[in-house]
Formats: sequence, C-alpha cells, structure tokens
Amino acid sequence: MVPEAARVLAEQLFRTGNPSSLHASGRAARRVVEEARERTAAALGARPSEVVWTAGGTEADNLAVKGLFWSRRAQDPSRRRILVSAAEHHAVLDPAFWMAEHAGAELVLLPVDAEGVLVVDALRRELEEHGDQAALISVMWANNEVGALQPLDEVVALARRYGVPVHADAVQAVGQVPVDFAASGLDALTVSAHKLGGPGGVGALLARRGLELTPVLHGGGQERGVRSGTLDAPLIASFGVATDLAVAGRADHAAHVGALRDELVAGVLSSVPGAVLRGPADPARRLPANAHFTFTGCEGDSLLYLLDSAGVEASTGSACQAGVPRPSHVLLAMGIDEDDARGALRFSLGPTSTADDVATLLSVLPGVVERARAAGLAGRSTAVPV
Amino acid sequence: MRVLAALSGGVDSAVAAARAVDAGHDVVGVHMALSRTRDQFRTGSRGCCSIEDAGDARRAADVLGIPYYVWDLSERFEETVVADFLAEYEAGRTPNPCVRCNEHIKFSALLDKAVALGFDAVCTGHYARIEVAADGWRALHRSADPAKDQSYVLAVMGPERLARSMFPLGDVPSKEQTRAEAAARGLSVSAKPDSYDICFVADGDTQGFLRSRLGERPGEIVDTSGEVVGTHDGAYAYTVGQRRGLSLGRPAPDGKPRYVLAVEPVRNRVVVGPADELAVAVVEADRAVWFAPAAADPFACEVQVRAHGAPVAGAATVLDDGTLSVAVEPGLRGVAPGQSLVLYAGTRVLGQATVTGTRRAVPAVAAGQTS
Repeated sequence: MVPEAARVLAEQLFRTGNPSSLHASGRAARRVVEEARERTAAALGARPSEVVWTAGGTEADNLAVKGLFWSRRAQDPSRRRILVSAAEHHAVLDPAFWMAEHAGAELVLLPVDAEGVLVVDALRRELEEHGDQAALISVMWANNEVGALQPLDEVVALARRYGVPVHADAVQAVGQVPVDFAASGLDALTVSAHKLGGPGGVGALLARRGLELTPVLHGGGQERGVRSGTLDAPLIASFGVATDLAVAGRADHAAHVGALRDELVAGVLSSVPGAVLRGPADPARRLPANAHFTFTGCEGDSLLYLLDSAGVEASTGSACQAGVPRPSHVLLAMGIDEDDARGALRFSLGPTSTADDVATLLSVLPGVVERARAAGLAGRSTAVPV
Repeated sequence: MRVLAALSGGVDSAVAAARAVDAGHDVVGVHMALSRTRDQFRTGSRGCCSIEDAGDARRAADVLGIPYYVWDLSERFEETVVADFLAEYEAGRTPNPCVRCNEHIKFSALLDKAVALGFDAVCTGHYARIEVAADGWRALHRSADPAKDQSYVLAVMGPERLARSMFPLGDVPSKEQTRAEAAARGLSVSAKPDSYDICFVADGDTQGFLRSRLGERPGEIVDTSGEVVGTHDGAYAYTVGQRRGLSLGRPAPDGKPRYVLAVEPVRNRVVVGPADELAVAVVEADRAVWFAPAAADPFACEVQVRAHGAPVAGAATVLDDGTLSVAVEPGLRGVAPGQSLVLYAGTRVLGQATVTGTRRAVPAVAAGQTS
C-alpha cells in the first residue's frame, strides 16, 4: 500500500461511527465517506452519485453482470444475451457462466485476436443478428494477463446503436492508463483499491446516473438501494486517497515502468531462446507495467520456483481451487496451444522497480528457462509401457 | 541440501518436512495433484487427492515457512498407476497401486522433475529407514515402528532412487509420537485420520470401480474338477485367496468354505476350492531389483507378499534368466501373480520382485496360475 493510504486507514480505524447513523459520530463518518466519494469520482471522471462502494472488484463485477442482466430483462424479456469477451477476468466470466446456467441467460463469448484484443467485427455481427436480444456487454479496459488495451470506444459506439449497456472491468487500468468514466461513454465500470496502492476488501462500481441495476445484496438499502451493507469508512477513505494519488501520479508512473518494461521485453527476447512475447507487440497498446511471455517447453510452475529461488517474483496464470496450475483461458482464447500456454510468465513492474531489478532478471532468466525446459521434459508424460 | 518435501496434506508428510527443515536443509513443499477432476476422487479427510488435502498441505507449508507448489502429475498417474491397476486386474493378477505409485510417480516423475530443477533429494513421510550398510550399500530397512513399516511398498524404487530419498520418520517409535510432534509444532493436521483405501477409488468400492471402468463380463465360477458352481459379472473383480463375495448357490460337498484359487482371464473363469489348496511352497517372480550384493544361491531370507502381511522364512534362488524362485516355509497362502514380493534379512530389504506364479507344496490338480 502507498504510505499515505495506509496512514489514512490507520487513522480512521480509531474513529467510531456508522456512516448511516444520524448522531454526531455517524455524521462524521458519513462526511469521511462522502469526501472519499467526491475524491474518487473526480479522479475517475465520474459524478459522486455514480460511485457505488463495494467490497472489491469481484463484487462490483458481479453487481454489473447480474444487476444489468436482471434489470434489462425485466424491462424487455427478450433481452437475455450476455456478451462478454472470452479473455475477461474470472470475476466477469464466472458470473456470466453462472447466469447462463441458473438465471436463464444466453452467454455469448466474443472472440479475441492473437494479441488478446477483442475482435470488434464479431461484436458487430452479433449485434446485427441479435442486437435486440442483448442484455449487456462486458469488455475489460485492459487484459490483466497479457496487458492488451481493449477497443472500448468502438464497443460503446456499436452498443449505443442497439441500446445495450456496456460494463468495463478497469481494475488493471486505473493508475496505468487514463481512465475517464464520462468521456468513455460506458454505463458501468469496476475499480478496486488493492490494484492501485490501496487496501484489500474495497472497490466500487461506477454506474451512470439513471442506469437501472437490480441489487445483488439486499438489506439496509445503502448506496441508492443497489448495494446494501454498512459502509466501511476507513477502507473507503483509504481507497479515496489511493485513487487520487494513483491518478495524479499516473503519467510519471507509466513513463517509469513503461521504460523499464521495454528494456525487459527487449532483453528477454534477445537473450532467451524460445521466448515469445504475448499480447500486443506495440507497447502503446498494452498496459505500461505489463510484460507477458511464453517459454516453449517449460512448465510455468518450474519457472516460478526457479525464479523465486533466484529472488525474482513473477506470476503464472490461474490455478484451480486445489492449486493445480491451469493453462490460462486468456492464452487459449488467443489461439495459443495448451502446451505453450503452460509455459507462461507475467512480469509486472511497480513503482519500486528499478533498472537493477530488470538487470537481475535478465541475468538469471536464460539459465532458469534452460533448467525449466529440462525439467519440463522430465515431468512430461511419456508413453510408459504398463 | 536442497530438498523437495512431498506434502500429501496428511500428518506424516508434514512432520517429515518439518524434520527436514530442522536438519538445516533448504526445503520446498510440493503437493502432487493426481486427479484431473478433483471431485471425482474422494473428498473428505481420508484420501490424498481432495481439495481439502491440498489446502492442508498448503497450510503445513505456511506453518513451516517453506515455499509451496502444486505439481500436476494427474496425466502420468492415470496412464501409469490407474491404467496398470485396470490392466492387471483384467489380466487376472492382483496389483498394488501404492507400489506402482512409488515406482512411477513419487520416486520417478516427481523425483526426476525435482532433480532436473536442482533438488538433491525428495523427502516423504514414509516409515522406513535408510542406512549405509557395512557392505557399502545404501540399505533400506524397516521402520522403528513395525506396525507402520512401509519398506514393502518402497522397495520397488531400487537403490539409485533410494540414494535421492529421505524418510525422516523412519526412526519414530510410533504413529502417536508423530501426531504429538505435529501438535507440538502447531501443524493443524495432527489429528487427521490415516488414509487406508485406494485414493482413486472414490468410495472404497474396488469392485464397483473395476466394473465401471471395465464393463460387465459375465462368466462361470468352477471348482477344481471343472464343475460349474456359480457365475460372476467379471473375472477381473476376483483375487486369489478371496473368500467373501463369491455368492455360490450351494455349499461345497465337504461343507468347508471355498476360496478363489485362480483367475483365468482368457476363459473368463474363476476357480474356487478349499483353503488348503491355497498353501504355497514356491513363489516365482521377475523384474527383480536388489538392495544388497548378490549372495550364493539359495540364500536364506524372509519373504513378504503383502503390505501388512507377516513375513515367512524362505530360501531364494536367482535363475539364469534373472527371475527368482523362492522356496517358502509353510504359512504363506493365497499368493497372486502381480503382487510385490519383498525379501528381507532381519530389518534389511534385500530385494523386490513381482510375483509371476506359485507352486503348491503337494502335487495336486493344477489350479490355474502355476508356471
């Protein structure tokens, strides 16, 4: 967490008061929450009344997918199709699958190209054929794994023609690339504090004024009745500070990590045989802090272990509930075969990353990949006579 | 040393890893995922393949402060251990999947990958001891607690792999002590029940599992004279020495209980007969691995053919083709082809082989699987 956000969080934890109470301490807490709301809204180009606090990005995504579906279908029963890109985060993808299984939705997975970018023509064709049945579209601002920025302008323009609300998960984007809710034309947008230097457990859904959302959580009627639950003033205050700082420092941050990232990518491609950059080749079309590679013939977990023992922390794709590494659905959606997808590694650069860190990585990576490749062959199943 | 601790999620492997950490090794915990669809395998606390077990393994690694990874060996497990299990039963033999798992997975796929990644040894929670013998061999011994001894299922790995293995629990006097040590170390798995059944047979119903994977194949149950005394749904579901579950319509002429004497896969027949026909005088075996220098034939040893069976005295001879013929003292009954045969001298494992056939003490009606 950024120190200022941590300081505000700690400070607020010592205060009492429920923001919904009318007594003095309640009013003081309410003021903290509303100031944070104004601050967050201003930083993201939204109006304060458009901010719906949630317990994080996953809840905001669930509220967007389910809330938009139910309200749109209530207005027009023929609108049952949920359109999401095949490379969405699980927090969007899984609610969409769930709605198809349990709530009468029809799921339409929109394809992405080899760089992980939504194929806009596919969306156009889908809307031309079934636009009057579309309940919502959800396409992320930028892909969390391969960093690909998505063509939201085109998505919004198309959706308008058919009267379909558009949601974007922007958890990865805020603080990395300019995010302006009003200018985007989006109907709803997800943000989360933990990805921009704030605390875990708090996020928000920006919901355009007048947008009808059926609540997912029912109770005390907080947050326009859309999201019930006692507001957590300390987390919200800390989130507001973190958002403000992330947006104010965005250009410098992006320039800093972007330069390091370009160095990292060039270094890896020139020094590691079998390394393939995934996501857009044009650095301007991907998140500045993101570099993503596959290493042919390697298992991601072998790479992770070997890098970890060399003091470098990286990340593979996702794992199942029991922790079994799974080839990333994003890479599979990009048309990468399962074996190559298993050898995926994502490097994320942060504010404290230095040129020395990149140099350290580049000095150990060739050996690590060579060793992982040998282990990959040892661990790979072979035809064993039984 | 760089040590890979295999963490099943149970108490034994957790304490073994803790002891490796205490010994000053650089330890990394790895949980093996052995099923693609994890729910298919047993859930709950008795298996080694559930989501709960993976969580317990991770928790143990966290308590020990060691890195933790999950390695997906499910494909390898299916095509070696499970496939072997099915093929062996189908061929009328009696496999031990734990032996095959040690042979193909733990001390093969896991060990090979560990070595390739730079590890010096694999540490498990097995109860067995490794000692360098006076003859210079790295010897595998029974554990201090004979009730928990697992040298029988480990012997298949052979001496080279033993050199890269570590069994920190070999000298623990009893399982209770392991549990007490786990509790003292703050390992939450200290009171977790032991696992007994076959991990990939979800409900412990081996016959049901075989039927679902191999299909029904009705056939006849005959006595040693060839007379039909009953029917079955698949000869593969029977194992030599089995008494229960035969469902024979009428009692034997002598009124004594009948046992499976042989399973004949080609004729899809099960042969039954009285208990004394199960008595074995000679066991033949192949695919031998040795943990001790060759001795002059025949050499005296103790013979064990089941994980929890009592050993009997015997005299082993290595034949010219490398196969093994072991004359055993009376007491060994119902030995089936496919079983693992382990030879001991006291607590020391001399060697291991796979049973191919048996011979009876008294010449009698050939009961199938004699060689």
